[in-house]
Amino acid sequence: MRVIEVTNLHKRYGDLVAVDDVSFAVEAGEIFGILGPNGAGKTTTVECVAGLRVPDGGAVSVLGLDPRRDPRRLRERVGVQLQESQLPDRLRVGEALELYASFYREPADPAELIDRLGLGDKRKTAYKNLSGGQKQRLSVALALVGNPEVAILDELTTGLDPQARRDTWALIEQVRDTGVTIVLVTHFMEEAERLCDRVAVIDRGRVVALDSPAGLVSRVAPEQRIRFRPSAPLDDRLLTELPEVTAVHRSGSQVVVTGTGDVLHAVTSVLARNQIVAAELRLEQSTLDDAFVELTGHRPAE
Amino acid sequence: MHAFGQILRIETRLFLRDPAAPLTTVALPLALLVVFGLIPAGRQPEAQFGDLPFIQYFAPSLLVITLAMTGVNILPTVLATYRERGVLRRLSTTPASPVALLAAQLVISLATILVSAVLLVAVGRLAFDVPLPRHLLGFALALVLGTAALLALGLLVAAVAPTTKAAQALAVPLFLVVMFFGGVYVPRFLLPDLLVRIGGYTPPGVQALLDAWTADAPQPLHLAIMAAVAVVAGAVAARLFRWE
Repeated sequence: MRVIEVTNLHKRYGDLVAVDDVSFAVEAGEIFGILGPNGAGKTTTVECVAGLRVPDGGAVSVLGLDPRRDPRRLRERVGVQLQESQLPDRLRVGEALELYASFYREPADPAELIDRLGLGDKRKTAYKNLSGGQKQRLSVALALVGNPEVAILDELTTGLDPQARRDTWALIEQVRDTGVTIVLVTHFMEEAERLCDRVAVIDRGRVVALDSPAGLVSRVAPEQRIRFRPSAPLDDRLLTELPEVTAVHRSGSQVVVTGTGDVLHAVTSVLARNQIVAAELRLEQSTLDDAFVELTGHRPAE
Repeated sequence: MHAFGQILRIETRLFLRDPAAPLTTVALPLALLVVFGLIPAGRQPEAQFGDLPFIQYFAPSLLVITLAMTGVNILPTVLATYRERGVLRRLSTTPASPVALLAAQLVISLATILVSAVLLVAVGRLAFDVPLPRHLLGFALALVLGTAALLALGLLVAAVAPTTKAAQALAVPLFLVVMFFGGVYVPRFLLPDLLVRIGGYTPPGVQALLDAWTADAPQPLHLAIMAAVAVVAGAVAARLFRWE
């Protein structure tokens, strides 16, 4: 079942085209990633999906509702976590959740949600005294307190330390396991690779690729690289004549073989037949980083 | 309505939790009333105060402190901060509306002013023989219109200032002008006649409050100016206000 359908979305701010032409569909129960360099139009896209902005063209449908015509009904069923959205300094964790729970007809139990998000001992802590990771978890909690069917999470882990980031990822997987469909905006490749079932890569306001993270990687950069130090002199021709091998380079005492398919097996078989041991053997595969660079021509931001 | 009630409850708590807010809006004017009231000379009628005791002459200026603090200091700062930090925007992703938060802030401002006015009048009457407002309707009208004018100016500041800093940069001079012409910094009998007269027309209209409190109906022109400021500033603020 399609939960979100975006068709030829177009949005401009004056002369600046933020979103040129974006289409995608999100299936129920998946974690859908929206990936792209800064200023690519990711946030504007999800803001149109959440009904916070009015598109200049195209159609958006969320849970069968038009965000423009039915914003109230949509807000009951869609939880949104905005980029850089804070709370009043003196507001306490428990108060924030109870307040936001009061906005919904069938809210989650705030106390239970606080425990589930690991904020149980912070119930009475003021917002300004929370760590970055705790603020982020509270923010996720507020997006979930209305028992939404869809959660839109924008730049969820930006600014978090690696441990807090991993904790947040575990949390998102946990939320998905309860049946919530999640749209995740990110510019962290590792995050997309770890969490997302499918990813739309957006660049300059257009979708340049839409696939699973593994699919994106293999489609864009199918090459693998093998590095090793041979235990005995090695004639390059032994390797270059293999059909799986596309190139052989030397880098100091190391041999670097590039190839496709089952290249690792082919190379190691040839080496074994010639009684050469491959020391310090490493296989380098393309990552989503490489795919991202290939697709957008940018290095992913860090 | 449920959401508005909850927002009002939480915002009231936050207002009280910040000690500076209730201190400057309610406790400070009241403390000044008590200090001046305890000085014996402050209770003797003097010709230069229009045959009134100083405390009576100065009481409307104490009310100006509450009005200025609430209307052109706290209100625009809170709203600009909420906008800058994305509080208003986050609210607009929920079934509750940021309008409810704005309304809650206005209710808190009005309540603060009402509490301070009642305390000043009551303590002045009970402890220092300051008579109750002679022209009650005129006093209520002057207070309501002066409040409306200052809250509208505060909303205007919150509407045009893109950041919290900008809001404060606009609010501080406005606050100083309101306080100065309200006779807070320099009691008005020490000011040149022209400045005293100007002070009658600057919000919140200290002369109208003084007239109604101690003598007679306030001048219609004084009240009309306050109403005009409230309507114009309020309308411009409503047009320009952005939630993000």
